[in-house]
Amino acid sequence: MLRKIRIAFATVCFASITLLFLDFTGTVHEWLGWLAKVQFLPALLATNFIVVGVLLVLTLIFGRVYCSVICPLGVMQDLFGAAGRRSKKNRYGYSPALSWLRYGMLVLFVASMAAGAGLVIHKLALIIAPYSAFGRIVSNLLAPLWQLGNNFLAYVAARIDSYAFYSVDVWIKSWATFATAVVTLVVIGILAWRNGRTWCNTVCPVGTVLGFFARFSLFRPVIDTSKCNSCGLCARNCKAACIDPKAHEIDYSRCVACMDCIDKCRHGAISYKRREIKRSAKAAAEPLPQQKAVATSVRPIAATDTPQHAASVQPNAEKGISRRKFLSITAMLAATAAAKAQEKKVDGGLAVIVDKKIPERQTRIVPAGAGSIRHFAAHCTGCQLCVSVCPNGVLRPSSGIEAFMQPEMSYERGYCRPECTKCSEVCPAGAIVRIGAAEKSSMQIGRAVWIKENCIPLTDGVECGNCARHCPSGAITMIPSDPSDDGSPKVPMVNTERCIGCGACENLCPARPFSAIYVEGNENHRTV
Amino acid sequence: MDNKKNTIDRREFLRRLGAGAAVTAVAAAAGCGSRNNPVAGDRTAQGEIPTDKMTYRTNPKTGDRVSLLGYGCMRWPTVSKTSARDSSDEIDQEMVNRLVDYAIEHGVNYFDTSPAYCKGRSEHATGVALSRHPREKYFIATKLSNFAPETWSREASIAMYRNSFRELQVDYIDYLLLHGIGMGGMEALHGRYLDNGILDFLIDERKAGRIRNLGFSYHGDIEVFDYLLSRHDEIGWDFVQIQLNYVDWRHAKEVNTRNTDAEYLYGELVKRNIPAVIMEPLLGGRLARLNDFLMARLKQHRPDDSVASWAFRYAGSFPDVLTVLSGMTYMEHLQDNLRTYAPLEECTPEELELLEQTAQTMLRYPSVPCTACQYCMPCPYGLDIPSIFAHYNKCINEGNVPASSQDENYRSARRAFLVGYDRSVPRLRQADHCIGCNQCVPHCPQGINIPAQMRRIDDFVESLKRGAEF
Repeated sequence: MLRKIRIAFATVCFASITLLFLDFTGTVHEWLGWLAKVQFLPALLATNFIVVGVLLVLTLIFGRVYCSVICPLGVMQDLFGAAGRRSKKNRYGYSPALSWLRYGMLVLFVASMAAGAGLVIHKLALIIAPYSAFGRIVSNLLAPLWQLGNNFLAYVAARIDSYAFYSVDVWIKSWATFATAVVTLVVIGILAWRNGRTWCNTVCPVGTVLGFFARFSLFRPVIDTSKCNSCGLCARNCKAACIDPKAHEIDYSRCVACMDCIDKCRHGAISYKRREIKRSAKAAAEPLPQQKAVATSVRPIAATDTPQHAASVQPNAEKGISRRKFLSITAMLAATAAAKAQEKKVDGGLAVIVDKKIPERQTRIVPAGAGSIRHFAAHCTGCQLCVSVCPNGVLRPSSGIEAFMQPEMSYERGYCRPECTKCSEVCPAGAIVRIGAAEKSSMQIGRAVWIKENCIPLTDGVECGNCARHCPSGAITMIPSDPSDDGSPKVPMVNTERCIGCGACENLCPARPFSAIYVEGNENHRTV
Repeated sequence: MDNKKNTIDRREFLRRLGAGAAVTAVAAAAGCGSRNNPVAGDRTAQGEIPTDKMTYRTNPKTGDRVSLLGYGCMRWPTVSKTSARDSSDEIDQEMVNRLVDYAIEHGVNYFDTSPAYCKGRSEHATGVALSRHPREKYFIATKLSNFAPETWSREASIAMYRNSFRELQVDYIDYLLLHGIGMGGMEALHGRYLDNGILDFLIDERKAGRIRNLGFSYHGDIEVFDYLLSRHDEIGWDFVQIQLNYVDWRHAKEVNTRNTDAEYLYGELVKRNIPAVIMEPLLGGRLARLNDFLMARLKQHRPDDSVASWAFRYAGSFPDVLTVLSGMTYMEHLQDNLRTYAPLEECTPEELELLEQTAQTMLRYPSVPCTACQYCMPCPYGLDIPSIFAHYNKCINEGNVPASSQDENYRSARRAFLVGYDRSVPRLRQADHCIGCNQCVPHCPQGINIPAQMRRIDDFVESLKRGAEF
């Protein structure tokens, strides 16, 4: 029963988070956006201590249910594991904890996160961050398929005069990030296929941290030695390899509370129950929920958590889950209605349009709300959620070593429309802090630079001014190129004090493949 | 019972034309409001045009009973079946006679011409046709059209005036107008009528009985209009001809910045008890060629009536209007207008409101007269000009160009416009990529200012994308 509940919750969470990365319309985020924000590492980076606190308390009460339900990478491994188990039953077995590896990885991770965003080691840290790894896999590998499916629907819709679906551009935004996602998927997939949660119990820093707290969890599976015949079936089905059947012991730091063992035991010897507190006389004096502990063979561990504390949080956690479930289901229904359009190829009588190329920017551009490149780099986990949701084709993961996998902006496909604040709405890690449209439209994230050699009035001898016409902040004025001749071709003059770096000028500039006006990023964003 | 069923079917059909849900309420009110036509069930036979039902207005000074439909003689048909205004072909006098006979037979008695019309041939043709009828059966209105500076002299102007009598074969003129007052401002007024004493001459002619009513037609500079009215006590204008229609009533400046709202012009005349003669009731034909959506909405309201009839009923609904001029080249136009005014059914307040909405919508989103001839293509900067116009026009016709962000169907219309835009035109070929190089302009046989239209469409798309209030 507990296993079924776990699977039900995990399915809803997993599907919802996956949908977050697939939905390019931004509608799902209204309902499910919080699921990204309750992820441990992003919440920690966003200094969202309420979420971090709740997750820790949740672990202290129920064990590592986070890893079994909330973490999408964990659930994904269960999917691979389930496929693996199908080919061979009872394939797992107990193995002692590789504590040196786990804590070594954790220390390395913390050190590299602290070391500074510019270092290569920081990128390695981002690669193993679980939620972000999952985000990259979905947004790079699954989202294109989803979009192609959508485009097919849009194609059909266009033929029946329906506007329910619109087609979107499907493109690989960064090959380096794409490759990283593939490698991550293959490595984690093979590990999960063969050995279940190896990744979670050796590499994953979040798993290690939560494992530390899970040792002291209030509820846990326990083996009733009076019923156990030491058949070892539980251990051979434990994906965390944490049940030692000979010693009748479970390593709770590795147990992800999947409840598989409870159902597997033919003798009902394993049950999920309250920990028996032996050593703390003080705790025993407190009023406790009435529950009789039968198990005796559990190795007692010092209780640092007071039951009072646990009891005060528990109702909240329960409430949270039921609401979450409700919202998830509603949002899944709503998401099916979301949709977009389609490009019709017209041939004959049309001038060839050369694709724009990305100009070499000295400073990269990061979205309004990031504050500064430094803040952005330190907080972003490279989960690609903002990239998936950007409706203008502006955000894409960087392939450069300096900001590997972290998003950056470029304007060949569209520009950062002033009314759109989607990326700031979805960012779970506080890298892009929520920003309003009004605030954004006065936030300078970069400034336009004119390249005289490419400017159409000078090269083609025709009137233009498309940049000035489309500048949302009115920062561009067309002035005669020759100061002594008012009739000379007019060229743009950028008032840097008004430019916000949205890239409308760069995107709509008729000069190709390189625009005659492009945006240089700002190290620090500022209000103009 | 059959009739009722029939009406509902048509309503249903029109709704499918793309009028959408917003006008359903109007449609529901429409069915029973149609005219009392005994053969309403049969659309092919609209019935005989009555010869004795014409609405007449009385000239307060002379007591003339003037037909509400006035025949504008600036578009007589030619032998090549076009209008003599646009063509140099010979005027089809036989057809002119037939039109005049038919008009008079059905109660029309006001004929408005000018020495300038039909490249100078209108007065003659009109005179030939009218002279076949008894003089008391019709009123002649003609003008002193001394526009060209060489005719500004007293002698030349008087010669032009006298010539009108000969061409029209009459010895008195019922309504004589100073022609096109306001064009050229005060300077032209002085040159044409004041400094050469022609105005005084015409006043004398009126005293002598050769002019029964003296007035002026007004276009353009409002200063001249105000000036002439300020001298009303001294001159005693018998009538004034102004441009009035449901667009010009309150939106004249939006059509042409030098124009003045008809609401003001008409109001000034009413204040002084001067009857108004109405020209341009169809705004140069534009009000007969509404887009499909607006047309369907009017049709829903009054299925039997032509779109043009709304404009005529509008103009006729003002009580101090003496007559409404229509330059009718074809018998069908004449018949349609006769139906409208025989008798006039005045617009209800709801209908006036509907026409005001129509004016606002058509001004905001006039469709682009692109015929997709592709002469402008290829655009050197890659735009797909005809497809952009085609999408825009399609959306107007389907009612997917919201006039305001408060519209009931704003959200669905916005989606249809934007999604459809990306489907019809690749993003890189859309209006926002027009740089205004103007290379296409000389190629357009329709004279469309393509860059200006591109900018207008782009602005509209921008406001949709931003979800801006408008």
